[in-house]
Amino acid sequence: MSEIVLKINGAQVEVKAATTATLAEVLREELGLTGTKMMCNEGECGACTVLINGEPILSCMTLAIDAQNKDILTIEGLADPVTGRLHPIQKAFVERSGMQCGVCTPGMILTAKAFLDENPDPTEEDVRHALSGNLCRCGNYRRITECVLDAAEKMKTGEKDEK
Amino acid sequence: MTPPKVLTARSVEEAVSLLSEYGEKAKFVSGATDLLMQLKRGEAVPECLIRLGEIRDLDFIKYDETGGLRVGALTTIVEIANSPLIRGKFSILAQAAGMLGTPAVRNQATLGGNLCNAAPSADTAPPLLVLGAKAKIVGKEGEKIVPLEDFFVGPGQTILGQDRLLAEIQVPNILAHSGGAYLKQKRRQGADLAVVGVAAWVVMGRKVLNDVKIALGAVAPTPIRAKKAEGILRGRKVDPELLEKSGQAAAGEASPIDDIRGSADYRRELLAVLTKRAITEAIQQAEGR
Repeated sequence: MSEIVLKINGAQVEVKAATTATLAEVLREELGLTGTKMMCNEGECGACTVLINGEPILSCMTLAIDAQNKDILTIEGLADPVTGRLHPIQKAFVERSGMQCGVCTPGMILTAKAFLDENPDPTEEDVRHALSGNLCRCGNYRRITECVLDAAEKMKTGEKDEK
Repeated sequence: MTPPKVLTARSVEEAVSLLSEYGEKAKFVSGATDLLMQLKRGEAVPECLIRLGEIRDLDFIKYDETGGLRVGALTTIVEIANSPLIRGKFSILAQAAGMLGTPAVRNQATLGGNLCNAAPSADTAPPLLVLGAKAKIVGKEGEKIVPLEDFFVGPGQTILGQDRLLAEIQVPNILAHSGGAYLKQKRRQGADLAVVGVAAWVVMGRKVLNDVKIALGAVAPTPIRAKKAEGILRGRKVDPELLEKSGQAAAGEASPIDDIRGSADYRRELLAVLTKRAITEAIQQAEGR
């Protein structure tokens, strides 16, 4: 066992875990952050994706001790912490039925967030490529892609409104 | 299964010293995308894991005109795929890095991990073999530079043994009128291990191919050069007949196996086709340079 300090969704947490525990195990089993899903548990499906320093990584393929001193964002931390307002990608998934069984959804949304942060004006092909590591067992890819494209539009116009 | 003890190395020296202390009971870990899979499956559970991730001076991409390219072993695959320098001058390597795993895996996996796990299908290996890469290896007795061609011993096995670490990969500067291509056949568009991977590299003369190198992935116990296929083309003017011969030769040099991704026969068929295509694309790139 080792003492691990993680920075998750802006808050510092200390947790005791096996030295070889994966980040996914610590998030779900030690911290109760079950928004992060574990499906294949071998790096194939992308359901366990979280963002580390803004980049998507597979939490089932990451040692929790390697995630120390980094900013971890899970799906629980994506909505505005003060107002609770959903992120535009989350909103698009709700409004356009981007989820069916929901298991791939947190990973899809976080992967899409990291992607749109760097590519605000993507084509459908770009989105499909960015999400290629996230499998949807319901086969809802068409709608998921539409949701991300829709969110990209909203995020662009949203920025204009603020200016 | 007893979970391994986890140690953290903060310098290359410390890593080497820890490894020589624990010997075959220890294993290095960086991005952990391959290692965690082995642990979860109960394959090769070491007594001790030595974390390398905090050794900052093995994470770099450097270039100069005389020395060529140097990439630290702990450089992530995404850094290689996105590096403007590698994309420009050593595009075949960036191309292969961009085809490895999924976007999330590329954010974690490192060049050293991809090479040291020594999977026959390792995507970065064929491009580095045709680029004439060398490996800088550090051990108790000091450091040495070996051709990457001599680095792989068998599936999952390298020359590193129990007391040495791969520190960096060095690639000589590219020649004028050269070009390369890496083709990876997968079962689907998204992430998958290669059924077959072919890297080709050519240097164009006035009328003939001054030089050519071909390397193959996922069709032998290690990534290999296809030297007979190269010999057929070297110094010759390329025509469809010669390309066909070269592709057939590459297929003959491989020793593929039947597995879940494809049969040995299918892999040989693919090799013949992909070798021709890779050479053709490499020539096109060389002519455009």
